[in-house]
Amino acid sequence: MEYEIVIGMEIHVELGTKSKIFCSCPTEFGAEENTHTCPVCLGMPGVLPVLNEKVVEYATRAGLALGCEIAHYSKMDRKNYFYPDLPKAYQTSQFDLPICNGGVIEIEVDGIKKDVGITRIHIEEDAGKLLHESVDGTLVDVNRCGVPLIEIVSEPDMSSAEEARAFGEKVRNILEYTGVSDCKMQEGSMRFDVNLSMREKGATVLGTRTEMKNLNSFRALIRAVHYESKRQIIELKKGHVITQETRKWDDTKGTSSSLRSKEEAHDYRYFPEPDLVPIVIEADYIAKIKAALPELPEAKKQRYMDEYKLPEYDAGVLTATGILANFFEEAVGLYNEPKQISNWLMVEIPPLLKEKELCMENISITPLMLTELLKLVKDDTISGTSGKEVLKEMFSTGKNPGDIVKDKGLAQMSDTTELEAIIEKIVAANPKSVEDIGAGSDKAYGFLTGQVMKATKGQANPQVANEIIRAVVAKHLG
Amino acid sequence: MSLTREDVTYVANLARLEFSDDEVTALADQLGAVLDYAQTLSELDTSQVKATEHVLAMKNVFREDVVKPCLTNEEALANAPESEAGCFKVPRVME
Amino acid sequence: MELSQKTIHEINELLKKKEVTVTEVTQSVINRIDAVEGSTDAYLRVQPEQALAMAKIVDDKLKARKKISPLEGIPYGLKDNLCTKGILTTCASKMLYNFVPPYNAHVYNLLIEEGGILLGKTNMDEFAMGSSTENSAYKVTKNPWDLNKVPGGSSGGSAVAVASDTAYYSLGSDTGGSIRQPASFCGVVGMKPTYGLVSRYGLVAFASSLDQIGPFTKDVEDCALVLNAIVGHDEKDSTSLKLEKKDYTKNLKQGVKGLRIGVAQAFFGEGLQPEVRKSLEDAIAVYKILGAEIVDVSFQYLDYALSAYYLISSAEASSNLARYDGIRYGFRAEEYDGLVDLYRKTRSQGFGEEVKRRIMLGTHALSSGYYDAYYKKAMQVRTLIKEDFDQVFKSCDVLLTPTSPTTAFGIGEKTNNPLEMYLTDIYTVPVNIAGIPGISIPCGLDQAGMPIGMQLLGPALSEKALLKAAWAFENETNIKNLKAPLGKEV
Repeated sequence: MEYEIVIGMEIHVELGTKSKIFCSCPTEFGAEENTHTCPVCLGMPGVLPVLNEKVVEYATRAGLALGCEIAHYSKMDRKNYFYPDLPKAYQTSQFDLPICNGGVIEIEVDGIKKDVGITRIHIEEDAGKLLHESVDGTLVDVNRCGVPLIEIVSEPDMSSAEEARAFGEKVRNILEYTGVSDCKMQEGSMRFDVNLSMREKGATVLGTRTEMKNLNSFRALIRAVHYESKRQIIELKKGHVITQETRKWDDTKGTSSSLRSKEEAHDYRYFPEPDLVPIVIEADYIAKIKAALPELPEAKKQRYMDEYKLPEYDAGVLTATGILANFFEEAVGLYNEPKQISNWLMVEIPPLLKEKELCMENISITPLMLTELLKLVKDDTISGTSGKEVLKEMFSTGKNPGDIVKDKGLAQMSDTTELEAIIEKIVAANPKSVEDIGAGSDKAYGFLTGQVMKATKGQANPQVANEIIRAVVAKHLG
Repeated sequence: MSLTREDVTYVANLARLEFSDDEVTALADQLGAVLDYAQTLSELDTSQVKATEHVLAMKNVFREDVVKPCLTNEEALANAPESEAGCFKVPRVME
Repeated sequence: MELSQKTIHEINELLKKKEVTVTEVTQSVINRIDAVEGSTDAYLRVQPEQALAMAKIVDDKLKARKKISPLEGIPYGLKDNLCTKGILTTCASKMLYNFVPPYNAHVYNLLIEEGGILLGKTNMDEFAMGSSTENSAYKVTKNPWDLNKVPGGSSGGSAVAVASDTAYYSLGSDTGGSIRQPASFCGVVGMKPTYGLVSRYGLVAFASSLDQIGPFTKDVEDCALVLNAIVGHDEKDSTSLKLEKKDYTKNLKQGVKGLRIGVAQAFFGEGLQPEVRKSLEDAIAVYKILGAEIVDVSFQYLDYALSAYYLISSAEASSNLARYDGIRYGFRAEEYDGLVDLYRKTRSQGFGEEVKRRIMLGTHALSSGYYDAYYKKAMQVRTLIKEDFDQVFKSCDVLLTPTSPTTAFGIGEKTNNPLEMYLTDIYTVPVNIAGIPGISIPCGLDQAGMPIGMQLLGPALSEKALLKAAWAFENETNIKNLKAPLGKEV
């Protein structure tokens, strides 16, 4: 029997507000333990929450960017359970009336496009962190409690790890564009839960699903999906039934294990949060946010193809992150050679990033520096080969390309007298090549050009050198 | 519709409370009596009635996204029964 | 008459004329506390040194100026569920036996600004759950009219402090009658303002959608003065109303001519003590003499209020009280085996019986499979009750009812029967369900000499009308001069 995987995802994204969702503590990552707290996020007796207006704005913006309907009326609810990282013993979240409903985004895997539905997006607060560094207990850091989150719930529309990854990447891409989150997975700003079930290929009924929580990287997401789908297939082939349960993915071991079954599932006793009043969003507010939305990746990609005549592949790569796209556009503004810029951004820069373990947001090269470099290549001040060397140098030193060319003496030799003298010497020293040319073989030209480049350390303008070689050889052949 | 001992035990677990056998019996009786009294509510047909979550017709109460001073670590932990290394401490949590 | 026996406005006059100092006033109340507190146990903790130090500061300030605000230099008590920075706040629970908040309740901040003198924190039913103050983990407060009787609850300590002249006024909280019922049992004025009028920030939550802070005072004029100080918008409370500041003393003494006072049979049902009924009938007669119009009104759903109240309040409480887990503050059990056991032992040992009962009731009402039948149903019935009141207030301006079906009952009399205890709140809970204001003022004594309270209710934000009606009655009768006999004994 052949099975297919059915995947739905829940994505938690921390919103990039300055202060927490219900109090004025900072949301900044990486502070000393328990220094970003106040009576409200510590859940002290008698304190009350007040909703951060930016949270509503960002959630609305995210919803619009992901093609959702924004609810006219939504409200906050309490989800009750005991855990040391949850000071109030309830998470303030949204239950039956979330702020956004029913969106859809398009993903593409191996050239095949597919729509993935978004069921809903709701607002909630993050929990604290448990640290396991004490010898005889667990330590609780409350700093992250109350950092605003949106939870994006997808339809079970994906059928492979690659699709799940594509969905996650697309969502990250869009949210990053809209500026509602930095989506830094290594800091936990974006986390995935995967609901996975198997069904007979072609069947319409869904199988029993398991839920895997807190996948903190794309690598973990892919591995967890592979592992869990294999595990389920093995179970099914053995004739076992899948138990509906929550499983925890262990990224170091590369396995998942059961956290709790449906029978032990929490009875969360959701009820409307009496300390917070309803959120009512009017059409003009939505219109205002919509108007202020930046150009989203899909539209940008199309524009790059139309306006800059870039191939679809180039446009896709350049719009994959907002930072890269911004870099590109700024560069094109300075130097109208889109394809050239695209080539360098796509081909030359990524290996350097990899080598230095950097990403686009913290490189020392500016669009101005890159375009200056491209201009030097274009006007033959330096050769393409030298250009790559200069780029490398720019990467590590942050110096201007012009300065590097000067310091390293990389400017091309187009001075024909000097070049003629060198070529005379080389041709005289290689009578065999002249003979070969005389006998009709053009290959020897290549060899001579190579020798010239070697002698000039690549500074000879290849075209000029070629012309002189031909003239000198002709003279020798007399 | 009184409360069974099993109901009491289930609810006690949710509320992280524990009771002796006698207490469970007493609670089943006492809560059962209150719930029986509350049964009168079922006489009312409320299928068309909206729930009142807030007596006030309020909406959209927000605060500005501004950071204000926090408690110091000492202040945050001042009331804690047990702390270590600037954190609240609990028995080891198995994840 | 001792200084301690006077009202706020009387003391304010004396301070204005510089006939007394704040220190003398404060000392007089402290002397009174020394004399009677041993019999009444109104306070959980008194802070005489701090009060006198504060009095000195206010005296120094007043020397330099003529003006004095109404509550300046007036000693008062706070219910122990109002957070006081640096001062123990226990909610009369073992769970918070050592809790020192790093923040103030908004109302306490307001009273500090007014130059008030905090005498101490008053006793209450643990976490404000109860109708007799017998559920305190620390002491049983006695009714100054008869020390064998309860003061009512949950704000029993605050009521007794005012009734026994150990505070000029006090603040309490009212979730289902916790100000009005003890006010009635102790023969003082107690008011629950409209939901949202007084900030709940720093009031340890019992049931968030019902809780409201309010004053206990010796007369109606004082009630208006305290209300002036504590009413106002607070950005820390999302349910705090943004309204223009009102002066509740303005037009207080205008009389009730033409005021339509509603009387509903639903409030005079079974279980009403005959003397209470008689006293209310007399009050109606007084209002007629004063020129008010008495209107018969009727309710459709009032009988369901108590059930709805206990389901809603317990459900919210079960969630509000989940934070007491022995991790960040308060009590932690000494012995436990692992995290879950830590929770269970801490909560089982830290909470008293009634609190646990309500948490159990509320957890059940919200739990899977019961939510619709209990919690949601109760919230729907809440709508019906609210509409009932809206309807009634179309034909009357205020509603006159007994505050409680009976006068104060004996200590220990109802502790073994929770339902019977809950029934004592039958006339007060509908008010919280509807979010409207209510005031209880004394209107007579029963044959045993225990105070009877009457309740005046009005639509949301009708505090001024209630105060006006209450003042007119108080002024017409000599009820204000009745003092708890405790005063005579000592």
